[in-house]
Amino acid sequence: MIDTHRLIARRKRQDLIFNVLGIACTLVGIVTLVALLADLAVNGLGRIDWQFLTSFPSRKAANAGVLSAWVGSLLMMVVTITLAVPLGVAAGVYLEEYARKNWLTTIIEINIANLAGVPSIIYGLLALGLLVYQFHLGQTLLVGGVTLAFLVLPIVIVATREALRAIPTGIREAAYALGATRWQVIKDHLLPYSAGGIATGTIIAMSRAIGETAPLVTIGALAFIAFLPDAPVQSQFPFVNFKWLDSPFTILPLQMFNWVDRPNNPDNDFHRNAAAAGLVLILMTLSLNAVAIVIRYRLRKRIKW
Amino acid sequence: MVGSAPATAAPPELKAEIKGLSFFYGQHQALKDVNLALPVNAVTALIGPSGCGKSTLLRCFNRMHDLYPGNRYVGEILLRPGNMNIISPRVDPMEMRLRVGIVFQKPNPFPKSIFENVAFGLRLKGINNRNVLADRVEAVLRSAALWDEVKTRLKQSAYALSGGQQQRLCIARALAPEPEMLLFDEPTSALDPAATAHIEDLIFQLKDHLTIVIVTHNMQQAARVSDETVFLYHGEVIEADKTSTIFENPSKELTSEYLTGQFG
Repeated sequence: MIDTHRLIARRKRQDLIFNVLGIACTLVGIVTLVALLADLAVNGLGRIDWQFLTSFPSRKAANAGVLSAWVGSLLMMVVTITLAVPLGVAAGVYLEEYARKNWLTTIIEINIANLAGVPSIIYGLLALGLLVYQFHLGQTLLVGGVTLAFLVLPIVIVATREALRAIPTGIREAAYALGATRWQVIKDHLLPYSAGGIATGTIIAMSRAIGETAPLVTIGALAFIAFLPDAPVQSQFPFVNFKWLDSPFTILPLQMFNWVDRPNNPDNDFHRNAAAAGLVLILMTLSLNAVAIVIRYRLRKRIKW
Repeated sequence: MVGSAPATAAPPELKAEIKGLSFFYGQHQALKDVNLALPVNAVTALIGPSGCGKSTLLRCFNRMHDLYPGNRYVGEILLRPGNMNIISPRVDPMEMRLRVGIVFQKPNPFPKSIFENVAFGLRLKGINNRNVLADRVEAVLRSAALWDEVKTRLKQSAYALSGGQQQRLCIARALAPEPEMLLFDEPTSALDPAATAHIEDLIFQLKDHLTIVIVTHNMQQAARVSDETVFLYHGEVIEADKTSTIFENPSKELTSEYLTGQFG
Protein backbone atom coordinates (compact mmCIF):
# COMPACT_ATOMS: atom_id res chain seq x y z
CA MET A 1 0.00 0.00 0.00
CA ILE A 2 2.68 2.45 1.06
CA ASP A 3 4.62 1.72 -2.08
CA THR A 4 1.62 2.56 -4.24
CA HIS A 5 1.18 5.88 -2.45
CA ARG A 6 4.81 6.70 -2.93
CA LEU A 7 4.69 5.81 -6.60
CA ILE A 8 1.67 7.98 -7.18
CA ALA A 9 3.26 10.85 -5.25
CA ARG A 10 6.36 10.55 -7.41
CA ARG A 11 4.37 10.59 -10.61
CA LYS A 12 2.46 13.61 -9.43
CA ARG A 13 5.75 15.35 -8.69
CA GLN A 14 6.97 14.60 -12.20
CA ASP A 15 3.72 15.92 -13.58
CA LEU A 16 4.15 19.13 -11.59
CA ILE A 17 7.76 19.57 -12.69
CA PHE A 18 6.84 19.27 -16.33
CA ASN A 19 3.94 21.64 -15.81
CA VAL A 20 6.20 24.31 -14.33
CA LEU A 21 8.81 23.74 -17.03
CA GLY A 22 6.20 24.12 -19.74
CA ILE A 23 4.88 27.36 -18.29
CA ALA A 24 8.43 28.68 -18.00
CA CYS A 25 9.16 27.92 -21.66
CA THR A 26 5.93 29.54 -22.78
CA LEU A 27 6.71 32.60 -20.70
CA VAL A 28 10.11 33.07 -22.33
CA GLY A 29 8.37 33.60 -25.63
CA ILE A 30 5.56 35.75 -24.32
CA VAL A 31 7.78 37.92 -22.12
CA THR A 32 10.18 38.58 -24.97
CA LEU A 33 7.35 39.61 -27.24
CA VAL A 34 5.74 41.83 -24.61
CA ALA A 35 9.12 43.43 -23.81
CA LEU A 36 9.70 44.19 -27.48
CA LEU A 37 6.25 45.68 -27.88
CA ALA A 38 6.58 47.67 -24.67
CA ASP A 39 9.93 49.03 -25.74
CA LEU A 40 8.50 50.11 -29.09
CA ALA A 41 5.46 51.60 -27.38
CA VAL A 42 7.48 53.54 -24.82
CA ASN A 43 9.67 55.02 -27.52
CA GLY A 44 7.20 55.42 -30.29
CA LEU A 45 3.63 55.72 -28.99
CA GLY A 46 3.99 59.43 -28.22
CA ARG A 47 5.11 60.07 -31.77
CA ILE A 48 2.09 58.51 -33.46
CA ASP A 49 -0.46 61.13 -34.40
CA TRP A 50 -2.36 62.29 -37.44
CA GLN A 51 0.61 64.32 -38.64
CA PHE A 52 2.88 61.25 -38.48
CA LEU A 53 0.48 59.16 -40.55
CA THR A 54 -0.18 61.83 -43.17
CA SER A 55 3.32 63.29 -43.71
CA PHE A 56 6.00 62.34 -46.15
CA PRO A 57 9.57 61.74 -44.94
CA SER A 58 11.52 64.84 -44.04
CA ARG A 59 15.00 65.90 -43.00
CA LYS A 60 13.49 67.12 -39.72
CA ALA A 61 12.38 64.27 -37.50
CA ALA A 62 9.49 66.25 -36.07
CA ASN A 63 8.04 66.90 -39.53
CA ALA A 64 8.66 63.43 -40.92
CA GLY A 65 5.91 60.86 -41.35
CA VAL A 66 5.13 57.44 -42.78
CA LEU A 67 2.46 58.28 -45.35
CA SER A 68 4.33 56.98 -48.40
CA ALA A 69 5.57 53.98 -46.39
CA TRP A 70 2.26 52.66 -45.10
CA VAL A 71 0.50 53.33 -48.39
CA GLY A 72 3.36 51.50 -50.13
CA SER A 73 3.14 48.55 -47.73
CA LEU A 74 -0.64 48.35 -48.08
CA LEU A 75 -0.62 48.48 -51.90
CA MET A 76 2.21 45.96 -51.95
CA MET A 77 0.10 43.58 -49.88
CA VAL A 78 -2.80 44.01 -52.31
CA VAL A 79 -0.56 42.99 -55.22
CA THR A 80 1.04 40.13 -53.29
CA ILE A 81 -2.22 38.60 -52.07
CA THR A 82 -4.04 38.95 -55.40
CA LEU A 83 -1.20 37.06 -57.04
CA ALA A 84 -0.16 34.56 -54.37
CA VAL A 85 -3.57 33.29 -53.24
CA PRO A 86 -5.05 32.29 -56.63
CA LEU A 87 -1.73 30.90 -57.85
CA GLY A 88 -0.99 29.04 -54.61
CA VAL A 89 -4.49 27.61 -54.23
CA ALA A 90 -4.57 26.49 -57.85
CA ALA A 91 -1.16 24.85 -57.53
CA GLY A 92 -2.14 23.17 -54.26
CA VAL A 93 -5.39 21.85 -55.73
CA TYR A 94 -3.58 20.60 -58.81
CA LEU A 95 -0.90 18.77 -56.82
CA GLU A 96 -3.41 17.26 -54.40
CA GLU A 97 -6.34 16.43 -56.70
CA TYR A 98 -5.12 16.21 -60.28
CA ALA A 99 -1.42 15.34 -60.43
CA ARG A 100 -0.52 11.70 -60.65
CA LYS A 101 2.06 10.51 -58.18
CA ASN A 102 5.23 10.09 -60.23
CA TRP A 103 8.82 11.24 -60.16
CA LEU A 104 7.96 14.60 -61.70
CA THR A 105 5.40 15.50 -59.05
CA THR A 106 7.75 14.20 -56.36
CA ILE A 107 10.45 16.57 -57.60
CA ILE A 108 7.96 19.44 -57.68
CA GLU A 109 6.88 18.65 -54.13
CA ILE A 110 10.45 18.56 -52.82
CA ASN A 111 11.13 21.82 -54.62
CA ILE A 112 8.15 23.56 -53.07
CA ALA A 113 9.21 22.44 -49.61
CA ASN A 114 12.73 23.74 -50.31
CA LEU A 115 11.50 27.02 -51.78
CA ALA A 116 9.87 27.83 -48.46
CA GLY A 117 13.34 27.78 -46.93
CA VAL A 118 15.19 29.86 -49.53
CA PRO A 119 16.50 33.13 -48.00
CA SER A 120 14.32 36.01 -49.08
CA ILE A 121 17.20 38.01 -50.57
CA ILE A 122 17.58 35.30 -53.22
CA TYR A 123 14.05 36.11 -54.35
CA GLY A 124 15.16 39.72 -54.52
CA LEU A 125 18.07 38.80 -56.78
CA LEU A 126 15.78 36.70 -58.97
CA ALA A 127 13.35 39.59 -59.32
CA LEU A 128 16.15 42.05 -60.03
CA GLY A 129 17.64 39.88 -62.74
CA LEU A 130 14.42 38.66 -64.29
CA LEU A 131 11.78 41.34 -63.79
CA VAL A 132 13.88 44.51 -63.59
CA TYR A 133 16.75 43.84 -66.01
CA GLN A 134 15.26 41.22 -68.33
CA PHE A 135 11.65 42.35 -68.63
CA HIS A 136 12.38 46.04 -67.91
CA LEU A 137 9.46 46.31 -65.53
CA GLY A 138 11.24 48.92 -63.45
CA GLN A 139 11.62 49.24 -59.71
CA THR A 140 7.90 49.44 -59.16
CA LEU A 141 5.12 48.35 -56.84
CA LEU A 142 4.19 45.66 -59.34
CA VAL A 143 7.67 44.14 -59.31
CA GLY A 144 7.80 44.34 -55.51
CA GLY A 145 4.43 42.64 -55.19
CA VAL A 146 5.37 39.92 -57.66
CA THR A 147 8.60 39.29 -55.74
CA LEU A 148 6.79 38.92 -52.44
CA ALA A 149 4.17 36.74 -54.12
CA PHE A 150 6.96 34.36 -55.23
CA LEU A 151 8.28 34.42 -51.70
CA VAL A 152 5.02 33.42 -49.99
CA LEU A 153 3.72 31.13 -52.72
CA PRO A 154 5.07 27.96 -51.05
CA ILE A 155 3.29 28.88 -47.80
CA VAL A 156 -0.05 29.16 -49.60
CA ILE A 157 0.53 25.95 -51.57
CA VAL A 158 1.44 23.93 -48.48
CA ALA A 159 -1.50 25.34 -46.48
CA THR A 160 -3.91 24.52 -49.33
CA ARG A 161 -2.64 20.94 -49.58
CA GLU A 162 -2.86 20.39 -45.84
CA ALA A 163 -6.40 21.76 -45.78
CA LEU A 164 -7.43 19.48 -48.66
CA ARG A 165 -5.88 16.44 -47.01
CA ALA A 166 -7.83 17.09 -43.83
CA ILE A 167 -11.13 16.49 -45.66
CA PRO A 168 -12.35 12.93 -44.90
CA THR A 169 -12.16 10.44 -47.78
CA GLY A 170 -15.83 9.61 -47.31
CA ILE A 171 -16.88 13.13 -48.29
CA ARG A 172 -14.83 12.98 -51.47
CA GLU A 173 -16.16 9.54 -52.38
CA ALA A 174 -19.75 10.61 -51.72
CA ALA A 175 -19.42 13.57 -54.08
CA TYR A 176 -17.84 11.50 -56.85
CA ALA A 177 -20.37 8.71 -56.33
CA LEU A 178 -23.20 11.09 -57.24
CA GLY A 179 -21.63 11.58 -60.66
CA ALA A 180 -19.79 14.83 -60.05
CA THR A 181 -16.79 15.69 -62.19
CA ARG A 182 -13.49 16.46 -60.54
CA TRP A 183 -14.02 20.18 -61.00
CA GLN A 184 -17.52 19.99 -59.48
CA VAL A 185 -16.15 18.11 -56.48
CA ILE A 186 -13.43 20.74 -56.05
CA LYS A 187 -15.67 23.77 -56.56
CA ASP A 188 -18.71 22.62 -54.58
CA HIS A 189 -17.01 20.62 -51.83
CA LEU A 190 -13.25 20.59 -51.44
CA LEU A 191 -12.63 24.34 -51.78
CA PRO A 192 -15.48 25.41 -49.48
CA TYR A 193 -14.45 22.86 -46.84
CA SER A 194 -10.78 23.82 -47.01
CA ALA A 195 -11.33 27.59 -47.19
CA GLY A 196 -10.66 28.00 -43.47
CA GLY A 197 -7.27 26.33 -43.70
CA ILE A 198 -6.41 28.27 -46.84
CA ALA A 199 -7.31 31.52 -45.04
CA THR A 200 -4.98 30.57 -42.19
CA GLY A 201 -2.18 30.00 -44.70
CA THR A 202 -2.94 33.36 -46.27
CA ILE A 203 -2.67 35.07 -42.87
CA ILE A 204 0.75 33.51 -42.30
CA ALA A 205 1.83 34.47 -45.83
CA MET A 206 0.67 38.04 -45.34
CA SER A 207 2.45 38.41 -42.02
CA ARG A 208 5.62 37.13 -43.62
CA ALA A 209 5.35 39.39 -46.65
CA ILE A 210 4.58 42.64 -44.86
CA GLY A 211 7.75 42.48 -42.80
CA GLU A 212 10.09 41.59 -45.66
CA THR A 213 12.74 44.18 -46.46
CA ALA A 214 15.74 42.50 -48.03
CA PRO A 215 14.25 41.41 -51.39
CA LEU A 216 12.64 44.81 -51.87
CA VAL A 217 15.88 46.65 -51.14
CA THR A 218 17.51 44.37 -53.68
CA ILE A 219 15.08 45.28 -56.45
CA GLY A 220 15.44 48.94 -55.51
CA ALA A 221 12.76 50.16 -53.14
CA LEU A 222 13.51 53.77 -52.29
CA ALA A 223 13.95 54.99 -48.74
CA PHE A 224 12.84 58.54 -49.45
CA ILE A 225 9.62 59.01 -51.37
CA ALA A 226 7.72 62.25 -51.09
CA PHE A 227 4.74 61.41 -53.26
CA LEU A 228 1.98 58.80 -53.42
CA PRO A 229 1.25 56.41 -56.27
CA ASP A 230 -1.79 57.30 -58.38
CA ALA A 231 -5.01 56.42 -56.62
CA PRO A 232 -6.29 52.97 -57.66
CA VAL A 233 -9.87 54.33 -57.85
CA GLN A 234 -11.06 57.36 -59.78
CA SER A 235 -14.32 59.17 -60.29
CA GLN A 236 -14.53 58.67 -64.07
CA PHE A 237 -15.23 55.47 -65.93
CA PRO A 238 -13.83 52.78 -65.55
CA PHE A 239 -13.38 53.89 -61.92
CA VAL A 240 -10.19 51.91 -61.41
CA ASN A 241 -6.77 52.51 -62.85
CA PHE A 242 -3.61 50.53 -62.66
CA LYS A 243 -1.04 53.31 -63.02
CA TRP A 244 -0.16 52.87 -59.35
CA LEU A 245 1.38 49.53 -60.18
CA ASP A 246 4.02 51.33 -62.18
CA SER A 247 5.01 53.66 -59.36
CA PRO A 248 8.26 53.63 -57.35
CA PHE A 249 7.61 52.75 -53.74
CA THR A 250 8.85 52.53 -50.22
CA ILE A 251 7.60 50.31 -47.43
CA LEU A 252 7.32 50.59 -43.68
CA PRO A 253 10.21 48.28 -42.67
CA LEU A 254 12.51 50.12 -45.04
CA GLN A 255 11.46 53.53 -43.73
CA MET A 256 12.04 52.21 -40.23
CA PHE A 257 15.49 50.93 -41.12
CA ASN A 258 16.36 54.24 -42.71
CA TRP A 259 15.52 56.10 -39.50
CA VAL A 260 17.28 53.64 -37.21
CA ASP A 261 20.36 54.08 -39.34
CA ARG A 262 20.72 57.80 -38.55
CA PRO A 263 22.94 59.00 -35.69
CA ASN A 264 21.13 59.46 -32.41
CA ASN A 265 20.51 63.13 -31.94
CA PRO A 266 18.26 64.43 -29.13
CA ASP A 267 17.22 67.48 -31.16
CA ASN A 268 16.37 65.52 -34.27
CA ASP A 269 15.18 62.21 -32.84
CA PHE A 270 14.74 59.83 -35.75
CA HIS A 271 14.94 56.83 -33.45
CA ARG A 272 11.57 57.74 -31.97
CA ASN A 273 10.21 57.89 -35.49
CA ALA A 274 11.59 54.41 -36.15
CA ALA A 275 9.86 53.02 -33.07
CA ALA A 276 6.63 54.69 -34.07
CA ALA A 277 6.92 53.29 -37.61
CA GLY A 278 7.46 49.86 -36.04
CA LEU A 279 4.24 50.23 -34.10
CA VAL A 280 2.37 51.27 -37.23
CA LEU A 281 3.76 48.19 -38.99
CA ILE A 282 2.60 45.90 -36.18
CA LEU A 283 -0.82 47.53 -36.13
CA MET A 284 -1.11 47.10 -39.89
CA THR A 285 -0.16 43.44 -39.67
CA LEU A 286 -2.67 42.85 -36.91
CA SER A 287 -5.48 44.62 -38.72
CA LEU A 288 -4.80 42.77 -41.98
CA ASN A 289 -4.86 39.55 -39.98
CA ALA A 290 -8.08 40.62 -38.30
CA VAL A 291 -9.69 41.09 -41.70
CA ALA A 292 -8.51 37.63 -42.76
CA ILE A 293 -9.78 36.10 -39.52
CA VAL A 294 -13.21 37.66 -40.02
CA ILE A 295 -13.30 36.27 -43.56
CA ARG A 296 -12.25 32.86 -42.26
CA TYR A 297 -14.95 32.95 -39.60
CA ARG A 298 -17.57 33.76 -42.24
CA LEU A 299 -16.34 30.95 -44.47
CA ARG A 300 -16.39 28.45 -41.62
CA LYS A 301 -19.86 29.46 -40.54
CA ARG A 302 -21.22 28.28 -43.86
CA ILE A 303 -19.64 24.88 -43.37
CA LYS A 304 -21.56 22.96 -40.77
CA TRP A 305 -19.58 20.01 -39.50
CA MET B 1 -55.97 -21.29 -67.67
CA VAL B 2 -53.22 -23.77 -68.14
CA GLY B 3 -52.22 -22.70 -71.60
CA SER B 4 -52.02 -18.93 -70.96
CA ALA B 5 -50.37 -18.93 -67.55
CA PRO B 6 -46.73 -17.80 -67.66
CA ALA B 7 -44.34 -20.54 -66.83
CA THR B 8 -43.43 -20.21 -63.17
CA ALA B 9 -39.86 -21.19 -63.92
CA ALA B 10 -39.32 -18.31 -66.37
CA PRO B 11 -35.94 -16.68 -65.71
CA PRO B 12 -36.30 -13.33 -63.90
CA GLU B 13 -35.62 -10.16 -65.84
CA LEU B 14 -32.06 -9.06 -65.23
CA LYS B 15 -30.76 -5.63 -64.24
CA ALA B 16 -27.10 -6.43 -64.53
CA GLU B 17 -24.93 -9.25 -65.63
CA ILE B 18 -21.33 -9.80 -64.53
CA LYS B 19 -19.17 -11.76 -66.94
CA GLY B 20 -15.66 -12.93 -66.09
CA LEU B 21 -14.96 -10.03 -63.72
CA SER B 22 -11.51 -9.88 -62.15
CA PHE B 23 -10.22 -6.96 -60.16
CA PHE B 24 -6.69 -6.01 -59.17
CA TYR B 25 -5.37 -3.64 -56.50
CA GLY B 26 -1.94 -3.18 -58.07
CA GLN B 27 -0.53 -6.70 -58.17
CA HIS B 28 -3.07 -8.14 -55.75
CA GLN B 29 -6.03 -9.89 -57.34
CA ALA B 30 -9.09 -9.20 -55.19
CA LEU B 31 -11.76 -10.71 -57.45
CA LYS B 32 -11.33 -13.85 -59.53
CA ASP B 33 -13.50 -14.49 -62.56
CA VAL B 34 -16.81 -13.48 -61.01
CA ASN B 35 -19.95 -14.40 -62.98
CA LEU B 36 -23.29 -13.26 -61.61
CA ALA B 37 -26.76 -12.16 -62.67
CA LEU B 38 -28.69 -9.55 -60.72
CA PRO B 39 -32.49 -9.69 -61.11
CA VAL B 40 -34.28 -6.39 -61.60
CA ASN B 41 -36.09 -4.71 -58.67
CA ALA B 42 -34.78 -7.23 -56.17
CA VAL B 43 -32.31 -7.12 -53.31
CA THR B 44 -29.10 -9.08 -53.74
CA ALA B 45 -26.97 -9.57 -50.62
CA LEU B 46 -23.21 -10.10 -50.84
CA ILE B 47 -21.93 -12.08 -47.85
CA GLY B 48 -18.64 -13.62 -46.85
CA PRO B 49 -15.84 -13.27 -44.33
CA SER B 50 -13.73 -10.10 -44.03
CA GLY B 51 -11.43 -9.63 -47.01
CA CYS B 52 -13.44 -11.93 -49.27
CA GLY B 53 -13.96 -9.16 -51.83
CA LYS B 54 -17.60 -8.34 -51.26
CA SER B 55 -17.03 -4.60 -50.80
CA THR B 56 -14.56 -4.65 -53.68
CA LEU B 57 -17.23 -6.20 -55.89
CA LEU B 58 -19.82 -3.68 -54.74
CA ARG B 59 -17.52 -0.75 -55.45
CA CYS B 60 -16.97 -2.03 -59.02
CA PHE B 61 -20.62 -1.28 -59.75
CA ASN B 62 -20.11 2.46 -59.65
CA ARG B 63 -16.39 2.57 -60.42
CA MET B 64 -15.36 3.85 -56.97
CA HIS B 65 -12.04 2.12 -57.59
CA ASP B 66 -11.30 4.69 -60.32
CA LEU B 67 -10.59 7.28 -57.63
CA TYR B 68 -7.36 5.57 -56.63
CA PRO B 69 -4.35 4.81 -58.80
CA GLY B 70 -3.20 1.29 -59.64
CA ASN B 71 -6.60 -0.38 -59.77
CA ARG B 72 -7.57 -2.51 -62.75
CA TYR B 73 -10.75 -4.21 -63.95
CA VAL B 74 -10.97 -7.18 -66.32
CA GLY B 75 -14.25 -8.51 -67.73
CA GLU B 76 -17.70 -6.99 -68.06
CA ILE B 77 -20.53 -5.67 -65.92
CA LEU B 78 -23.45 -5.15 -68.28
CA LEU B 79 -26.12 -2.77 -67.04
CA ARG B 80 -29.57 -3.03 -68.59
CA PRO B 81 -31.31 -1.53 -70.41
CA GLY B 82 -28.69 -0.73 -73.00
CA ASN B 83 -26.11 -3.33 -71.99
CA MET B 84 -23.70 -0.60 -70.90
CA ASN B 85 -20.45 -2.19 -69.78
CA ILE B 86 -19.99 -0.24 -66.55
CA ILE B 87 -16.30 -0.97 -66.17
CA SER B 88 -15.27 -0.28 -69.75
CA PRO B 89 -12.78 2.59 -70.00
CA ARG B 90 -14.94 3.89 -72.84
CA VAL B 91 -17.86 4.41 -70.47
CA ASP B 92 -17.75 7.76 -68.70
CA PRO B 93 -17.87 7.09 -64.95
CA MET B 94 -19.75 10.38 -64.41
CA GLU B 95 -22.54 9.23 -66.70
CA MET B 96 -22.61 5.73 -65.28
CA ARG B 97 -22.73 6.93 -61.66
CA LEU B 98 -25.95 8.80 -62.39
CA ARG B 99 -27.51 5.35 -63.01
CA VAL B 100 -25.91 3.57 -60.03
CA GLY B 101 -25.89 5.22 -56.60
CA ILE B 102 -24.11 4.12 -53.43
CA VAL B 103 -24.62 4.40 -49.67
CA PHE B 104 -21.48 3.96 -47.61
CA GLN B 105 -20.72 2.16 -44.37
CA LYS B 106 -20.26 5.26 -42.26
CA PRO B 107 -22.84 8.01 -42.70
CA ASN B 108 -20.97 10.69 -44.63
CA PRO B 109 -23.24 13.67 -45.27
CA PHE B 110 -21.66 16.80 -46.70
CA PRO B 111 -21.00 19.49 -44.08
CA LYS B 112 -23.84 21.53 -45.55
CA SER B 113 -27.52 21.93 -44.79
CA ILE B 114 -29.89 18.97 -44.98
CA PHE B 115 -31.49 20.54 -48.05
CA GLU B 116 -28.18 21.09 -49.84
CA ASN B 117 -27.12 17.50 -49.20
CA VAL B 118 -30.07 16.20 -51.19
CA ALA B 119 -30.03 19.04 -53.72
CA PHE B 120 -26.44 18.38 -54.79
CA GLY B 121 -27.34 15.32 -56.86
CA LEU B 122 -30.22 17.23 -58.45
CA ARG B 123 -28.02 20.19 -59.35
CA LEU B 124 -25.58 17.78 -60.99
CA LYS B 125 -28.45 16.74 -63.24
CA GLY B 126 -28.92 20.38 -64.20
CA ILE B 127 -31.95 21.11 -62.00
CA ASN B 128 -31.47 24.64 -60.67
CA ASN B 129 -34.99 26.05 -60.52
CA ARG B 130 -35.69 26.71 -56.84
CA ASN B 131 -39.28 25.50 -56.86
CA VAL B 132 -38.45 22.33 -58.74
CA LEU B 133 -35.53 21.71 -56.40
CA ALA B 134 -37.71 22.18 -53.31
CA ASP B 135 -40.36 19.79 -54.66
CA ARG B 136 -37.85 17.14 -55.62
CA VAL B 137 -35.97 17.38 -52.32
CA GLU B 138 -39.23 16.89 -50.45
CA ALA B 139 -40.22 13.94 -52.60
CA VAL B 140 -36.82 12.28 -52.14
CA LEU B 141 -36.78 12.88 -48.39
CA ARG B 142 -40.26 11.33 -48.21
CA SER B 143 -39.13 8.24 -50.06
CA ALA B 144 -36.19 7.98 -47.65
CA ALA B 145 -38.70 8.15 -44.74
CA LEU B 146 -36.98 11.24 -43.36
CA TRP B 147 -39.26 14.10 -44.39
CA ASP B 148 -41.37 14.26 -41.23
CA GLU B 149 -38.29 14.42 -39.03
CA VAL B 150 -36.49 17.16 -40.96
CA LYS B 151 -39.16 19.23 -42.72
CA THR B 152 -38.91 22.06 -40.16
CA ARG B 153 -35.13 22.22 -40.22
CA LEU B 154 -33.99 21.77 -43.80
CA LYS B 155 -31.54 24.65 -43.42
CA GLN B 156 -29.79 23.08 -40.44
CA SER B 157 -26.52 21.23 -40.70
CA ALA B 158 -26.73 17.57 -41.66
CA TYR B 159 -24.42 16.91 -38.72
CA ALA B 160 -27.18 17.99 -36.31
CA LEU B 161 -28.98 14.72 -37.17
CA SER B 162 -28.56 11.41 -35.34
CA GLY B 163 -26.46 8.65 -36.92
CA GLY B 164 -29.51 6.79 -38.23
CA GLN B 165 -31.01 9.98 -39.62
CA GLN B 166 -27.70 10.86 -41.25
CA GLN B 167 -27.65 7.48 -42.95
CA ARG B 168 -31.20 7.96 -44.23
CA LEU B 169 -30.13 11.40 -45.46
CA CYS B 170 -27.29 9.71 -47.34
CA ILE B 171 -29.84 7.33 -48.86
CA ALA B 172 -31.97 10.32 -49.86
CA ARG B 173 -28.90 11.98 -51.35
CA ALA B 174 -28.16 8.85 -53.38
CA LEU B 175 -31.82 8.60 -54.50
CA ALA B 176 -32.00 12.21 -55.69
CA PRO B 177 -30.48 11.66 -59.16
CA GLU B 178 -33.03 8.82 -59.63
CA PRO B 179 -30.61 5.93 -60.05
CA GLU B 180 -31.78 2.58 -61.40
CA MET B 181 -29.57 0.67 -59.02
CA LEU B 182 -28.53 1.42 -55.45
CA LEU B 183 -25.53 -0.08 -53.68
CA PHE B 184 -25.31 -0.41 -49.90
CA ASP B 185 -21.92 -1.04 -48.29
CA GLU B 186 -22.72 -2.37 -44.81
CA PRO B 187 -25.12 0.53 -44.32
CA THR B 188 -26.12 -0.32 -40.76
CA SER B 189 -22.86 -1.43 -39.19
CA ALA B 190 -22.48 1.94 -37.42
CA LEU B 191 -26.11 2.11 -36.28
CA ASP B 192 -28.16 0.92 -33.30
CA PRO B 193 -30.88 -1.77 -33.72
CA ALA B 194 -33.77 0.70 -34.02
CA ALA B 195 -32.03 2.73 -36.71
CA THR B 196 -31.04 -0.51 -38.43
CA ALA B 197 -34.67 -1.68 -38.53
CA HIS B 198 -35.62 1.66 -40.04
CA ILE B 199 -33.05 1.32 -42.84
CA GLU B 200 -34.09 -2.28 -43.52
CA ASP B 201 -37.75 -1.22 -43.88
CA LEU B 202 -36.60 1.44 -46.26
CA ILE B 203 -34.64 -1.03 -48.38
CA PHE B 204 -37.76 -3.19 -48.54
CA GLN B 205 -39.81 -0.26 -49.88
CA LEU B 206 -37.15 0.92 -52.31
CA LYS B 207 -36.90 -2.37 -54.14
CA ASP B 208 -40.28 -1.66 -55.74
CA HIS B 209 -38.55 0.43 -58.33
CA LEU B 210 -34.84 -0.11 -57.69
CA THR B 211 -32.35 -2.89 -58.01
CA ILE B 212 -30.43 -3.11 -54.77
CA VAL B 213 -27.12 -4.72 -53.90
CA ILE B 214 -26.18 -4.83 -50.24
CA VAL B 215 -22.97 -5.92 -48.56
CA THR B 216 -23.53 -7.11 -45.02
CA HIS B 217 -21.67 -8.81 -42.22
CA ASN B 218 -24.91 -9.60 -40.52
CA MET B 219 -26.40 -12.93 -41.65
CA GLN B 220 -29.80 -12.17 -40.14
CA GLN B 221 -29.87 -8.94 -42.09
CA ALA B 222 -29.07 -10.74 -45.33
CA ALA B 223 -31.83 -13.24 -44.59
CA ARG B 224 -34.31 -10.48 -43.72
CA VAL B 225 -33.83 -8.03 -46.58
CA SER B 226 -32.53 -9.93 -49.57
CA ASP B 227 -34.13 -11.98 -52.34
CA GLU B 228 -30.86 -13.33 -53.67
CA THR B 229 -27.68 -14.05 -51.78
CA VAL B 230 -24.15 -14.38 -53.09
CA PHE B 231 -21.49 -16.01 -50.93
CA LEU B 232 -17.94 -14.92 -51.71
CA TYR B 233 -14.73 -16.38 -50.42
CA HIS B 234 -11.18 -15.33 -51.31
CA GLY B 235 -12.43 -13.25 -54.23
CA GLU B 236 -14.49 -16.02 -55.78
CA VAL B 237 -18.22 -16.61 -55.92
CA ILE B 238 -18.78 -19.87 -54.06
CA GLU B 239 -22.53 -19.93 -54.34
CA ALA B 240 -25.28 -17.62 -55.60
CA ASP B 241 -28.95 -18.44 -55.32
CA LYS B 242 -32.29 -17.47 -53.82
CA THR B 243 -31.76 -16.30 -50.26
CA SER B 244 -34.06 -19.00 -48.91
CA THR B 245 -32.09 -21.69 -50.74
CA ILE B 246 -28.73 -20.38 -49.54
CA PHE B 247 -29.83 -20.20 -45.92
CA GLU B 248 -31.93 -23.38 -45.75
CA ASN B 249 -30.36 -25.66 -48.25
CA PRO B 250 -26.97 -24.52 -49.50
CA SER B 251 -25.39 -26.76 -52.09
CA LYS B 252 -21.77 -26.11 -51.13
CA GLU B 253 -20.10 -27.35 -47.98
CA LEU B 254 -18.20 -24.06 -47.55
CA THR B 255 -21.42 -22.03 -47.59
CA SER B 256 -23.05 -24.02 -44.82
CA GLU B 257 -19.84 -23.93 -42.78
CA TYR B 258 -19.76 -20.14 -43.07
CA LEU B 259 -23.45 -19.76 -42.27
CA THR B 260 -23.17 -21.95 -39.20
CA GLY B 261 -20.29 -19.84 -37.95
CA GLN B 262 -17.51 -22.39 -38.36
CA PHE B 263 -15.22 -19.69 -39.83
CA GLY B 264 -15.23 -16.03 -40.81
